[in-house]
Amino acid sequence: MIDVEGLTKMYGPRMAVQDLSFHVEKGEIVGFLGPNGAGKTTTMRMLTGYMPPTDGHASIAGFDTFSQSLKARQHIGYMPETVPLYPEMAVADYLNFMAALRHVPNRKAAVQHAMEVTHIEDRAHMNIGKLSKGYRQRVGLAQALLHDPDVLFLDEPTIGLDPRQIIEVRQLIKGLGGQHTILLSTHILPEVEQVCTRVLIIHRGKLVAEDTPKNLGTRLRGSERIGLRVSGDGATLKRALAAVPGVLSVEVEADERYLVSTAPGQDVRAQLAATVVKGGWGLLELAPVGMSLEEIFLQLTQEEPTSTGEQNELVS
Amino acid sequence: MPNILVIAKRELDSYFVSPIAYVAISVYLVIAGFFFWLEINFEAQNGAAPSMESQFGTMVFLLLIFAPPLTMRLLAEEQRMGTLELLLTSPVRDWEVVLGKFLASLGVLLLTIVITFAYALILRAYGNADLGPMATGYLGLFLAGSALLSIGILASSMTQNQVIAAVLSVAIILVLWVISAVGQLMRSLAATQVLNQLGFFEHTTNFWRGVIDTNDMVYFVSLMALMLFIATRILETRRWR
Repeated sequence: MIDVEGLTKMYGPRMAVQDLSFHVEKGEIVGFLGPNGAGKTTTMRMLTGYMPPTDGHASIAGFDTFSQSLKARQHIGYMPETVPLYPEMAVADYLNFMAALRHVPNRKAAVQHAMEVTHIEDRAHMNIGKLSKGYRQRVGLAQALLHDPDVLFLDEPTIGLDPRQIIEVRQLIKGLGGQHTILLSTHILPEVEQVCTRVLIIHRGKLVAEDTPKNLGTRLRGSERIGLRVSGDGATLKRALAAVPGVLSVEVEADERYLVSTAPGQDVRAQLAATVVKGGWGLLELAPVGMSLEEIFLQLTQEEPTSTGEQNELVS
Repeated sequence: MPNILVIAKRELDSYFVSPIAYVAISVYLVIAGFFFWLEINFEAQNGAAPSMESQFGTMVFLLLIFAPPLTMRLLAEEQRMGTLELLLTSPVRDWEVVLGKFLASLGVLLLTIVITFAYALILRAYGNADLGPMATGYLGLFLAGSALLSIGILASSMTQNQVIAAVLSVAIILVLWVISAVGQLMRSLAATQVLNQLGFFEHTTNFWRGVIDTNDMVYFVSLMALMLFIATRILETRRWR
């Protein structure tokens, strides 16, 4: 449904996106991850036909985003990062306008439906300029869903929402998968793990990893880490923990707090707990420490520059 | 509904939601009405035949302060707010956006001009003013006004800032207004003639006298086409950066 081949974008001498290639099958929900300035928004803008690539090709539903832009755009629903809306318009009027531009056959029903799934019917006649950030965000989402597009580009759709709305929007996105193909840009890792079937990570405009969220976690965790909080004598405890089979290292993070690294695939939590209790220390906490997106990035950019076949480091 | 009309309708609605259209129209009418009052008094005192010839000249000059505020927002604000991104990622062509917005501003112009038909009616009711020059005069006023609006749209496509857009359009209009005066200073006859042809004001006077000259029609229509064409190209190149 989305085919990207060697996509490149230069802003003057600065390379924003470099030789990006990936494919998204129909019905997939793909997480598009990257730190700020990694090139996510630039990529989305090229895929939605807002700006042409400097080099490379992209096609949506079989239509080239540049040479057959208009046809490609008919299959696209797009929610940009800053949700641009007309503040002087009422919500329903705005959605009606966007539906008309996309030649939606039954406009009234489509607007109604989009407002229902995004839970904004109660603000239908309010001016967009008076809406809270969360509502504006959802108007932006409703606008993207209006014409029931094959492909949805969502640029950080849950930013600015309250926790309940975040859950709702995530469920909504998850429910849209299957029939719709979704490229979801975000830098919230749990969001990706909950919603996406596959993850693309870009860094400095290059694709550094592409996998399912689960595989990515396993592959990247060169070591599993477990955080402990134990009361009692530190020095002997550290030695005792290090002696547990499978433990690679023990760090003292703070008073009573320890970070244990283990070989991947080994769960030594039970042994660690037993060691602590047997030694007479007080076990206060024991929990696996997940990898944050930042850590994954550090790891990806430091030791795996060849993971996608790219050898050259980007000079910037 | 074609995309152009969808965009034009939204823009027209937005004109009348904000005070812009009301302020522009009412200020225009107040000043034009004042000059109309002065004009009839002069004509009555001098015993001249009632005519709108000089009133048309005043009205087209007043469009100079009418057109830029109407057009400055059209593309500049879309670019500043980022709404252009959604517009241009919908299945809409760039020229449809430009033309739709132009059409909306034409709507406001047309409404204003129609209100000034009152002057013509007054002259018909209280004097026996000629209908012909009035009809051609209004045609000229509409054509000249449309051309001024297209200049404003070009200016609005060039910047994200409404104030800069307004200043730019006034500047372009003034250059077209005085260009024939520059022509008088030229030594070469050819240069004088060319600059005279480019002059905005020179192409309006025939209309006021009841003459429709193809030369004038071509001038305004091609000026409009050129301005809108460049505006579309500028919109396109924005996407290339």
